[in-house]
Amino acid sequence: MRTLAEYLPEHPFLAGLDGSVMDLVVGCAQNVHFKEGEVVFRPGEPANTFYVIRHGRVALDIHDPRRGTIVVASLGDGEVVGWSWLVPPYRWMFGARAVSPVSAVALDGACLRGKADEDPAMGYALMQRVASVMYDRLQDARLRLLDLYGSPM
Amino acid sequence: MSVNALAPASDLLVDPMIPREFAVVATRLDTLDTVTLALEPLDGIPLAYRAGQFTMLHAFGVGEVPISICGDPTGSGPLLHTIRDVGAVTHALVTASPGATVGVRGPFGTGWDVTDGKGGDVVMVTGGIGLAPLRPAILEVISQRSEYGRVVLLYGARSPADILFADDMTRWAEQYDIVVEVTVDYGPPSWSGRVGLVTALVARAGFDPLRSLALVCGPEVMMRYAADALITRGVPATRIRLSMERNMKCGVGLCGHCQLRELFLCVDGPVLTYDRLAPLMDVREL
Repeated sequence: MRTLAEYLPEHPFLAGLDGSVMDLVVGCAQNVHFKEGEVVFRPGEPANTFYVIRHGRVALDIHDPRRGTIVVASLGDGEVVGWSWLVPPYRWMFGARAVSPVSAVALDGACLRGKADEDPAMGYALMQRVASVMYDRLQDARLRLLDLYGSPM
Repeated sequence: MSVNALAPASDLLVDPMIPREFAVVATRLDTLDTVTLALEPLDGIPLAYRAGQFTMLHAFGVGEVPISICGDPTGSGPLLHTIRDVGAVTHALVTASPGATVGVRGPFGTGWDVTDGKGGDVVMVTGGIGLAPLRPAILEVISQRSEYGRVVLLYGARSPADILFADDMTRWAEQYDIVVEVTVDYGPPSWSGRVGLVTALVARAGFDPLRSLALVCGPEVMMRYAADALITRGVPATRIRLSMERNMKCGVGLCGHCQLRELFLCVDGPVLTYDRLAPLMDVREL
């Protein structure tokens, strides 16, 4: 497995960041592993970390007392999990659970928030990347809101 | 002008406006609201068709609806239609029991012509009951699997309970080297597969865009986004084929119910290339 310093600069989410910024990001990163079924985070918990999945799949879910737990999205190899670390009150809205063995890079969001506050250019570059992920997820959610495969009646 | 006046001499014996009688020989409940009917002609003459074509299925005393054929165009089995229970006619069809008689007109329309993809990759993007019209094309590919490169099937369903032809997809993947990726809009915790839009799978699917033929079938909004994702990947619009759905009635281009500006989808379609469709799909009034 490649080191974080080799892997992260090539990842689409981080590619193109300045060398010094990338050094900061790598410094805020660590490899983590989750067993199948293991909880990555729970709704309401402090959101100070986000993840880049190297291998495996993570399901985002929400619990409805009437319908039970519903998986609303799943994320796989190369995808980014979580943006609540960037937006107050910095708490997870949904839960996340590994549905297969997962290897990921955990990035210290609280650390990056602090660096971004100190260095707005770095913060803007980071925010552009997060906005791109959020844009894709928003489009996905809007289209699924249409219930395209539901009954036309 | 009569319909027969437009037909070649060899077709004069078959009036496309008169349904032929077929017997329901088997039914299969695919999902809670979707049933596959197996039909055999009462006159013993099988219905030849191309993958992607449709028939007008007649529930006598109730009405007629366009339904894509979902059987194997290279085989000799019964005529298969997978039907979703969404209205009076489809309800009459999905509740038909073996031994019942239904009417069949057609086949009508253009086909997928998937053999145009020989020598390259084939990528299919489909959602919901849109898998049914694609099934004949998949079976056609399978019948000559070595003629094609990578074959990728990307399928989206509402939930795990709504997945069509799950057994088929498992077999296609295991026996015919077809890459099958299934995603659902939402699922229970026991679902370990993908949850999300089928169009999002296009970006990561393994195929060579410049030597691929893409077949897309499903709700129109899904098809637009799927086609755009394929374009983004680099597939030429002329190599992206969509199966369009409108209010087919006569099936022979006379009544105009299925008109999409200059196109009569029952004869010019349902399968059309995206370069022709893209400008039309942007016009709300059509």
